[in-house]
Amino acid sequence: MDAPTKKLKVATTSLAGCFGCHMSFLDIDERLFALLDLVEFDRSPITDIKHCGPCDIGIVEGGLCNAENVHVLREFRANCRILIAIGACAVNGGLPAQRNSLSLPAILEEIYHAQHGLTHGSIPDDPELPLPLDKVHPLHEVVKVDYFIPGCPPSGDAIWKVLTDLLAGREPELGHGLIHYD
Amino acid sequence: MIENLETANNPEKLRRVAIDPISRVEGHGKVTILLDEQNKVHQVRLHIVEFRGFEKFIQGRPYWEVPVMVQRLCGICPVSHHLAASKAMDIIVGARHLTPTAEKLRRLMHYGQILQSHALHFFHLSSPDLLFGFDSDVSQRNIVGVAAKYPEVAKKGVLLRKFGQEIIRHTAGKRVHGTGSVPGGVNKSLTVAERDALLKDIYQIVAWSREAVAMVKDLHNQNPGLYNSFGTFRANMMSIVGNEGGLDLYHGKLRGRDENGKLLFDGVDYQGYSDLIAEAVKPWSYMKFPYLKSLGEKQGWYRVGPLARVQNCDFIPTPLAEIERREFVDYCGGTPMHAPLGYHWTRMIEMLFAAEMIKDLLHDDDLLGSDLMVTGPRELEGVGVIEAPRGTLIHHYRVDEDDLVTMCNLIVSTTHNNQAMNEAVRHVAKRYLNGRELTEGLLNHIEVAVRAYDPCLSCATHALGKMPLEVELLDAEGMLLDRMTRGSDESTSGCRIT
Repeated sequence: MDAPTKKLKVATTSLAGCFGCHMSFLDIDERLFALLDLVEFDRSPITDIKHCGPCDIGIVEGGLCNAENVHVLREFRANCRILIAIGACAVNGGLPAQRNSLSLPAILEEIYHAQHGLTHGSIPDDPELPLPLDKVHPLHEVVKVDYFIPGCPPSGDAIWKVLTDLLAGREPELGHGLIHYD
Repeated sequence: MIENLETANNPEKLRRVAIDPISRVEGHGKVTILLDEQNKVHQVRLHIVEFRGFEKFIQGRPYWEVPVMVQRLCGICPVSHHLAASKAMDIIVGARHLTPTAEKLRRLMHYGQILQSHALHFFHLSSPDLLFGFDSDVSQRNIVGVAAKYPEVAKKGVLLRKFGQEIIRHTAGKRVHGTGSVPGGVNKSLTVAERDALLKDIYQIVAWSREAVAMVKDLHNQNPGLYNSFGTFRANMMSIVGNEGGLDLYHGKLRGRDENGKLLFDGVDYQGYSDLIAEAVKPWSYMKFPYLKSLGEKQGWYRVGPLARVQNCDFIPTPLAEIERREFVDYCGGTPMHAPLGYHWTRMIEMLFAAEMIKDLLHDDDLLGSDLMVTGPRELEGVGVIEAPRGTLIHHYRVDEDDLVTMCNLIVSTTHNNQAMNEAVRHVAKRYLNGRELTEGLLNHIEVAVRAYDPCLSCATHALGKMPLEVELLDAEGMLLDRMTRGSDESTSGCRIT
């Protein structure tokens, strides 16, 4: 008889992203219930666990746009045996990296002083607000990333394929139709 | 307004407790609480901590890219941004009246979005608090716990969301960040096979939506003391309403009411939204604070979203949801409900409305038509407004004669609720946390109040802050990748690389 298998621990987070990849994760629809037989969620937007503990798989959506993103990413890397960058922003910066060609003072000026409909402009400067990075960076520039799932967002089917491959001990492979970049 | 809890007199002498990140919401936010030695609460703030700068980098892009680009503000409600931007660009291309096929397909897409977003918010994110209790065991207080204890509830939630996502896929091309709506119309209609596949399930979806309303109503009725008073304060409200005053989430005129339900304004064309609304900035949040100009910054803030919309309209134009609206109004006894937990009830009434609208639309053969686009005299400025799942969403663009965007202003749903959410967390902190030893369960009360508003915090992030700090970004091998310093002495008052 096989000993009862221990559930694998999965943590997920969204950094400089839009949560669309998490929505695609939920687009596995009712397969979510089958997944719950095999895994247990650690830190994730769907649980109230605020810090990532030791995990088997970490899934990170979004790139790095501020110091806090970097901190969370390092916490994930330190705790997760396998780290997956999911979606365009995590893989190459994505749409938020469009700001990389602009100067930050120009953006600040635009949004907090010149913006249409603003009565009295001022720039938020409270220490509670994390320091924004000058450029938006993809994850692999800061930590080692084990797998990349491209797409904006990748489909629920693609995410399902990668997870089920990993859970079965196979090297994940996305065939035709599951790899796309839009 | 609990003004005295916004800013403590002597913050340096107080203990800081942070709820970071706020979980089971969309986007990045945190709540900070400052307490004295007796655990008396002196300051409570909801901070939006991320910046992305869409309004700036959209400038210089051709207008036809905008509906596809800006939806990437938000992965939960991309359709709202996709459609609000399309509506603004309709004006730019002179398409003030779409073809019946285009208008109905967009409405179908939008109601699919309302259905999936409301289902997600209620079942996946909020139901654990309501079913297990605000201070229940943290390991159970999530959708996994709901699936274990109430498998039927979780299953219906997942399938309701799935149906909404399928509507979006068939009308927009894919479930998240589709491409179906374009300036002047849509680029695809439904095939008979697609329509029939959706028709097959819609009756079940309407039935489950009715059950969801009944479930929230029961929860409310079982514990009216909690549901009517938790985080409750009085506020103005705003939404668009349809031409005859009925609930319409795709198009209409702006209407506002005061805290007693008296009309403040009605029938306002949203092209002139900036005569009505201005925005203020506070140093501790990237999210701005909008208010009605006529009432001023102190008195003019307001609520948006389901609780405002269901009470702002005169009727709901679908029969089952209208019965539920009347029951809700009767429950409130002729005065507006201000309880944040009333959002859940009204949100489920709207989900039922969306399901009924989808059912009616699927029986309309215009969805199968081939007349998709119109154009007219070119214009240089346009405003698009839609009622997104979380409230009124405003997109405003100027486009030059070379077809490039020169100005973009976005006021997203959650931003309208900024002051209201801050008020809610202060009321809850004062009532439940004051003088007590803080536990995880007590802190979750704060999050329950935020969650009721279904905030989409990533939509609400536009800009940058400044702090006298230095940060080094090292790569995986410890090599310096990026280094920032920032100080108030800089004329730029932004970050710079050294």
